[in-house]
Amino acid sequence: MAAKVLCEAGADVVMLEAGAMWDTEKDSRMSAWAYDSPRRGASTAERPFGEFDGCIGGWEIEGEPYTQAPGTTFDWFRARMLGGRTNHWGRISLRFGPDDFKRRSLDGLGDDWPIGYDDLKPYFDKLDRLVGIFGSAENLPNEPNGIFLPPPRPRCYELLIKQACDRLGVTCIPSRLSILTRPLNGRAACHYCGQCGRGCATHSNFSSPSVLLPPALATGRLRIIANAMAREVTTGESGLATGVSYINRTDRRDYAVRARIVVLAPSACESARMLLNSKSSRFPNGLANSSGVVGRYLTDSTGLSVSGYIPKMANGVAHNEDGVGGMHLYMPWWLDNKKLDFPRGYHIELGGGRRSAPSFGVMGGIQRFNGKGGYGKQLKDDYRQYYGSTVSFSGRGEMVPNDDTYCDLDPRVVDTYGIPVLRFHFKFTDHEYLQAKHMQDTFRQIIQELGGTPLSPMPSRESGYGLEAGGRIIHEVGTTRMGADPRTSVVNQFCQAHEVKNLFIADGGPFVSNADKNVTWTLLALSMRTAEYIALLRSQLSL
Amino acid sequence: MTKISRRTALQLVGAAPVAAAMAWTPAEAEQAHTHAQQARAAAAKQSKPYKPKFFTAHEYATVAVLVDLIIPKDDRSGSATDAGVPEFMDFMMIDQPQRQVAMRGGLALIDRMCEELFAKRFVACADEQRRHVLDAIAYTTDVPPARAHAVAFFNSFRDLTASGFWTTKMGIADLQYQGNVFLNEWNGCPEEALTKLGVKYS
Ligand code: SF4
Repeated sequence: MAAKVLCEAGADVVMLEAGAMWDTEKDSRMSAWAYDSPRRGASTAERPFGEFDGCIGGWEIEGEPYTQAPGTTFDWFRARMLGGRTNHWGRISLRFGPDDFKRRSLDGLGDDWPIGYDDLKPYFDKLDRLVGIFGSAENLPNEPNGIFLPPPRPRCYELLIKQACDRLGVTCIPSRLSILTRPLNGRAACHYCGQCGRGCATHSNFSSPSVLLPPALATGRLRIIANAMAREVTTGESGLATGVSYINRTDRRDYAVRARIVVLAPSACESARMLLNSKSSRFPNGLANSSGVVGRYLTDSTGLSVSGYIPKMANGVAHNEDGVGGMHLYMPWWLDNKKLDFPRGYHIELGGGRRSAPSFGVMGGIQRFNGKGGYGKQLKDDYRQYYGSTVSFSGRGEMVPNDDTYCDLDPRVVDTYGIPVLRFHFKFTDHEYLQAKHMQDTFRQIIQELGGTPLSPMPSRESGYGLEAGGRIIHEVGTTRMGADPRTSVVNQFCQAHEVKNLFIADGGPFVSNADKNVTWTLLALSMRTAEYIALLRSQLSL
Repeated sequence: MTKISRRTALQLVGAAPVAAAMAWTPAEAEQAHTHAQQARAAAAKQSKPYKPKFFTAHEYATVAVLVDLIIPKDDRSGSATDAGVPEFMDFMMIDQPQRQVAMRGGLALIDRMCEELFAKRFVACADEQRRHVLDAIAYTTDVPPARAHAVAFFNSFRDLTASGFWTTKMGIADLQYQGNVFLNEWNGCPEEALTKLGVKYS
């Protein structure tokens, strides 16, 4: 996003990409069938979400370790390809709402942002128009309306879920995904193949290489250096950033790019790592880190899922349920935390039915469906009967930052390029565990209301109510947070480092808090605002 | 961005080569793949029979019998071997080597059960003897501790059989999956499907 805005504002931009180039038109496996490959879509080391997935990367990358403090778990997902993690996401595009910027004022936990919803609203609006998003104006107080394309009709089982939710008082509305239900800005409308995760060969959903880089490249001012593993931000006598040094992954030699302005956007934790690795006599704690805040206030979304078998959906009427590559309905946070025993909310994502063609893992664990397993003709009929008869609910909730959750540099370990690696410290508190319990209870209640049975038993308190480990939801933010006070924050409200005026951060690092919403849309709006601010400073020649 | 029609894009994507498997030579992968694709009858006509890369000949024969007991031919579709499931399993054992020990050990476990009961290995058993063994390990209800390992193995073997069967053209047609097609408009679900669930569009 920053590269696009800056190129269009007349700046010459060099972009360092740690992975290889990627062209969605040529490289997407959008319409592959499982039988097109002997692996039938199973995962590979490079693609944990299946061999046809549109994202090369994962929680483990050969040659690029990270460490975890004893007794804590944080799994760090990284992408290594052009466009990074914009190639891996559910296209769920939720604006943070007015309350999400001032949680401390509302419940005394965490911190307020130095900006509010109104500061970002114009950028959200521009983003909606530029990238495209479908949804419906619901006028909910903390789920702001956007500039929406029409939402696709719900799938039939989604209507069934909505019926149950209506009875239970759970808000269930059209989802908000950055997928084009109408052509927009020269991009074709979606053709409803349901495979957004594989990357869209027709540019009908959002990823950076598909939507933002083509116009940036069209200016002739963007140069992309692929396979460039950025190592540190270099600084000069004046204390300003002078560029970035990187290692070429192909020849493993060191190179440097000199620049008047440096914008970091390699992901929240990678930005923190670069700053911590940019040590000098002037910045002994790492660059822009006199406050010691770099790496702190790390949060991920909380998450867990429950699936259920719904007898009513068994032996379903065969029809094409693919739709867009995601849910057509979802449930935003609908309750008041003042009346609950945990402080922050979550939204619910749904799945189920006959969405997307059978591939590796199809109907695994049939014994959970039919209660016994078995073999032979009866089993074969069971598979037919149960195919498409499950629903799943995934909660994605807000975690409150805590002092025990952060990343720093491991004092001993380096990666294959000789760059010191991150060490993660991670802890959930009762704020998250009680929220997880509420998710479990709610999802099981909805499944019951649908006349179904959950496919897994209720997890115990000891197993954290099934809460996924930190990093598993891949919404980590907060490691270079923004604030008005340089003693307690790394960047100001324009994501400009307090201590290094020509250094900016345009990923999730500057987030002061997470929300009961996925972070991408707010991250993009913030990045657009940052880039426009840089363009303004350039035009005033103050940088 | 160059504008390309969605149809052109689909053709481009369709023409992309299948990613080569890691531990296989392209020729071997091609062979596994071809075999998994074709009906057994057609495959039998090929001059070179499939030679497993992971399984021994004995294991491979065991696998072929097991998968057809799990998913037999019926009036809607063929059997697991018709769908190339043994070839698929052989491929997956090399592709995901972490599965190898459990697979080899599980097959050995079944042979040992047969030796104890009938003094011969599984493939040498008569159909009713094989079924006797499967009746003891294919069901997850009331599993005594002594059989827990065999049941766990069978659960994962059944899952792999299902993956191998239902992802073929034959399996997908049997399930009547109707997607992965190009739609100009998304009109939601047909009336009949709505009626069955008792829902409607407002
Ligand atoms: S569902 Fe639509 S947007 Fe997603 S990959 Fe398919 S055509 Fe593209």
